[in-house]
Parts: sequence; structure tokens; C-alpha cells
Amino acid sequence: MRVDLEVNGVRRSLDGVREGESLLHLLRERVGLPGSKNACEQGECGSCTVYLDETAVCACLVAAGQAQDSRVVTVEGLADGAELHPVQRAFVEAGAVQCGFCTPGLVVTVHDLLARTSDPGEAEIREALAGNLCRCTGYEKIFDAVRLAAGEAR
Amino acid sequence: MTGFHTAADLRHACELKAAHPDATLIAGGTDVMVGLNFGHTSPAALLDVSRVPELREWSREDDTIVLGAGVPYTRIVDELGGALPGLARAARTIGSAQIRNRATVGGNLGTASPAGDALPPLLAARASIELASLRGTRRVPARDFFLGPGRSVLADDEIVAAVRIPVAAGAEQFAKLGPRNAMVIAVASVAVTLDPPRRRVGCAVGSAAPTPVVAGDAETFAGAELDWDGRRELPASVTARFAELAAAATAPIDDVRGTAGYRRHAVAVLARRTLTWAWQEYRRS
Repeated sequence: MRVDLEVNGVRRSLDGVREGESLLHLLRERVGLPGSKNACEQGECGSCTVYLDETAVCACLVAAGQAQDSRVVTVEGLADGAELHPVQRAFVEAGAVQCGFCTPGLVVTVHDLLARTSDPGEAEIREALAGNLCRCTGYEKIFDAVRLAAGEAR
Repeated sequence: MTGFHTAADLRHACELKAAHPDATLIAGGTDVMVGLNFGHTSPAALLDVSRVPELREWSREDDTIVLGAGVPYTRIVDELGGALPGLARAARTIGSAQIRNRATVGGNLGTASPAGDALPPLLAARASIELASLRGTRRVPARDFFLGPGRSVLADDEIVAAVRIPVAAGAEQFAKLGPRNAMVIAVASVAVTLDPPRRRVGCAVGSAAPTPVVAGDAETFAGAELDWDGRRELPASVTARFAELAAAATAPIDDVRGTAGYRRHAVAVLARRTLTWAWQEYRRS
């Protein structure tokens, strides 16, 4: 089947999409955006978090056909050209990246948190990030990055 | 799979379901896509109802909230915490922010898992389910909806359209047990509602029987024993008996998340806590 959608501001028409295919598969394999990571495929890890019509979702749990005529923003769409988004810069500065696999999903999740709440409390940060797994950092540096990015946003 | 159908409105969704009774409904996708991604399920077709406007709204009719089956949990938490505190409490415990942004009560009902977090609050509150089809709309008490794991009274041509939930008449509590605070399939869960004007208690249990179950003996016992007028502190003997009756209503199994014995114990503990919290709230009100 055919799916038409907007990804990071660019209109796309994709043919040959399978009926049971996920939005994540479409983004990675058909649009060629490998930033959103494919790990658990069951919504547990958050490494495929993207915006679907301004809502943060796990792309692995959206059927590609459900994204027809939608606006999708992936981690690749957050930076302004070569200029990193403040959330991305905070991850680099705080040392919140180790192997890097979870980073794209976390960056989108933190971007979404700070878009909704400019000054999140400790509990709010933990709640917002509960759906993103990181097996390297122990999360403390990631929380540092959130506080850093929140401070900059203020 | 050979089809992907997108419903524009509820009537269209019913037409599509009648024409493709073997199609699997998909709204938030948080259950359906897991089955597809892992190749555990191979439905003939998908019927996308995520854009059906009637399913995405809620309204208030007198003392009832009519909740569209496709309202995501994030909105239930944000918009219905006052009217439906029990359901909103359960909604807060579901999955993660990303899951709550997509997952719906209709999905919990359609999947009919005994572990569906929204289900015990619906049973405790004596909600009813609106099922729509080209034949018309019927209402089924939530307490009569489930037949077994993954099975309900939903017919092949029907769609869960809405849930009619009484606005809370008193305190409502929910508790669930699992290995962490997020992304957990409940080992056991309990919902308790107090209805002081009717001197009635609601109590339902999740993850401890083939379906979510009502603890009817616990409800009757607490309704008669609670000191509705004097609002005195709950005697330990009452909470203990309530816990025992709630556990007796279950029929748990051993599985990877816990043994039957552990589940029975957990239900008793959760029942005691939720009744205590609800009663404390009532005494303060």
C-alpha cells in the first residue's frame, strides 16, 4: 500500500508499504532515517521515540498506515542544520552518552518533556523518562543533561 | 495480511467491521503492534479507528462520564482526575508517557487481558460498555463483559464505542504490584470505590483470575461494616476480613510474574491498603 506523510518537514510518498509494517520500519528502511533505533519492538525501551503530530510515541507501536497524512519529527529533525538542539548539546556536555543507542529516543523524550514543562521537578523527570531504557549510564548523567537543558531553556 | 482499512467516523468503522469481521481493530497500537512485530498474530487485516472523532471525545451526561473508547490515557489523567479518580489513578500507572499518549480504554477492553490496568476501576465503579455495530448500539455492564483471557462478549461485527462511568460519589483508589514503577504488567491490582450516598463499596481485582473479577463478598461485607455516619477509624478486623474476601474472589495461576499463592497474598495486601486509603479520604472529606 501507499503511505503519504511529512517527515521532518519533507513530504514523502512511499509505495509498497506492508499493511502490518511499523512506522519505525518505514522511517528507518524506506525513508532512510536510522536515528530512531529498533530494539525491543514492544514499547519497552523508548529508543524509537518520535513525534507523531506533536505527540511523543514509540514508532514501533504505530502501524505505518496510521501515519497517513501525519507530521512526523524524528531525532534527525531536531537540530537546526549543523547547530545542535540545546537538548542534544546538554547530552554532550553532561556526558549523558555512552554507547549512544538509547540517546536518540531519550533526546526526543527530553525535548518533549521540556516543551511541556520548562522547569521539571525530580519526580517529573523520572516519570517522563521511565519509558526509555539506558543500559550504560545509570541515568544520573542523563538527569544532569535534563537539568542542564532545562536551565538553558529558562 | 491483505488489508488496511481506515475508518473516517463511527458509522464507517461499523461498516468496515461488518464487511471485514476478521479484521483486527487498531487504535493506539500498543498491544496490536507488539503481536505483529513479533509475528505472534497474523490478522487478515487491520482496521484503524485512531481517527474516528466519536471515539476520541468524552462528555458528561448528568452523573455519568461517557468516555470515548479511543481517548488516550494521557488525556484521562489530565482531564478526568476529578470526575473519575479511580480510573485516572490506574491510567497513571500504565506503561510509560509514550504508551499513555497512544493507549486507550477501548484497547484494554478489546484485548480483554486480565492484566488490563483500566479494567478493575471500571468494574469497581459499575461502568457499562457501549458496543456499536450496524445492528445498533447495546450496553453491557463492565462486570458482564469478560468471558476469559482475551475473550469478551464483543461480537465480530462490533466495536467498543464508549464506556459509561458513574462520576465518583466518593473516594476511589487503585493499587498495582509489579517489579518497578513503570512499564509493568501487573502481578496483581485492586480498585476500590466508596459510594457513601448508597452506602456501597466497589472492589475489583486484576491479574489474579482468567478475567478481571469483582470481589462481591468483600463489597457486601464492607458496605455493611463501614461506619458511614460516624466515620470512625477502620477497625483492623474489618480491613483484615475485607482483604481475605478480596483474595477469596480470585483464581490466580503461577506464571513468570508470580505464583498463585503470591498473587493471593498480594491481592489481600492491596485490598487492605486501597480500602484504608479510600476510608481515610472519606473521613477527611
